Amino acid sequence: MSDIEQILLIVGMMVVTFGVRYPILSLSGRVELPEWLQTALSFVPVAVLSALSAPILLMPEGQLTIAFSNEYLMAGLFSIAIAALSRHLLLTIASGMAVFLCLRFLF
Amino acid sequence: MIADIRRSVFLAGARDTIPMIVGAIPFGILFGTLGISAGLSWWAVMAMSLFVYAGSSQFVAASLVSQGVSGIVIVVTTFVVNLRHGLYAASVGRYLSGLPRRWLLPMGFALTDETYAIAIKRFETDGDVDGRRWYYAGSACLMYGNWQVCTVLGILFGQRLASFGDLGLEFAMVVTFIGIVVPLIRSYPMLICAVVASGVSVVLNFLPHKLGLFAGSIAGISVGFLLHQWRLIQASSQPKQGLRDE
Repeated sequence: MSDIEQILLIVGMMVVTFGVRYPILSLSGRVELPEWLQTALSFVPVAVLSALSAPILLMPEGQLTIAFSNEYLMAGLFSIAIAALSRHLLLTIASGMAVFLCLRFLF
Repeated sequence: MIADIRRSVFLAGARDTIPMIVGAIPFGILFGTLGISAGLSWWAVMAMSLFVYAGSSQFVAASLVSQGVSGIVIVVTTFVVNLRHGLYAASVGRYLSGLPRRWLLPMGFALTDETYAIAIKRFETDGDVDGRRWYYAGSACLMYGNWQVCTVLGILFGQRLASFGDLGLEFAMVVTFIGIVVPLIRSYPMLICAVVASGVSVVLNFLPHKLGLFAGSIAGISVGFLLHQWRLIQASSQPKQGLRDE
């Protein structure tokens, strides 16, 4: 890519990314959202973060791998259990990472 | 006095973002590395981190550049990959009403997966708008600074650290999301929302441009929302049965 093409690429990416983030952010604070929309939005963090995480846990190499040898899945299930029982973010991260690294490098 | 409170809230935002930093470090270094090997100039790799600041779409762009895809297609793909930030903006914006534009502009610019996840967790329990913006600023500044430093490291040393993706540090990001999402699941519709979003995202993972992620999110939100509304109707028609949630 030439210098001009690279500059245009970055400007274009910047415009569309900011164009998705800012207008909605500034609008949703100014307009009182209807009750049903607020309810729907309360599902956003759980839905998006689950959809981001599940493929990494279930298909770390690109295909579905439900097996004890999949350390992502095993450490992930362990972390879900710890999070459900303790509801403590740092404890979940620390113990989940410890289990993941043990599975990865000790076995 | 107020300055002291603001400083401590800012620092709290930064501190709560540290787990996200652990997950983002390898990504930033990897991006710097891949950007250079894709054939971008060093200044273009840096400018992308500085001015676009959207990790996963930067990765996708670098890989498309290396395949010789045209700029227009890359920009459209970036838009699609970042559509989920529109959902974040609608969700987090509700808590920021009344803030002046000089705050909302940088806050919109810095709305990443990580800062959204950290901020929304706090906003749901913190009632004070002044506190919210400083907390958000603390999280965003640390994420942004870290992303720039890691991009520089990747540009400078990336070629020597080629095998470092093998560590599997993206698990750090996932375990952080687990720690945030699981305590948010306090009702049956919320649980179904998580299951549906995960399932659809996995099944449609083969789709290009992370469309599976977007479809999974929309499916999870829709099913969770409909279930929630249906239970409300059920509850109002049978007032004697107690509600288990909300």
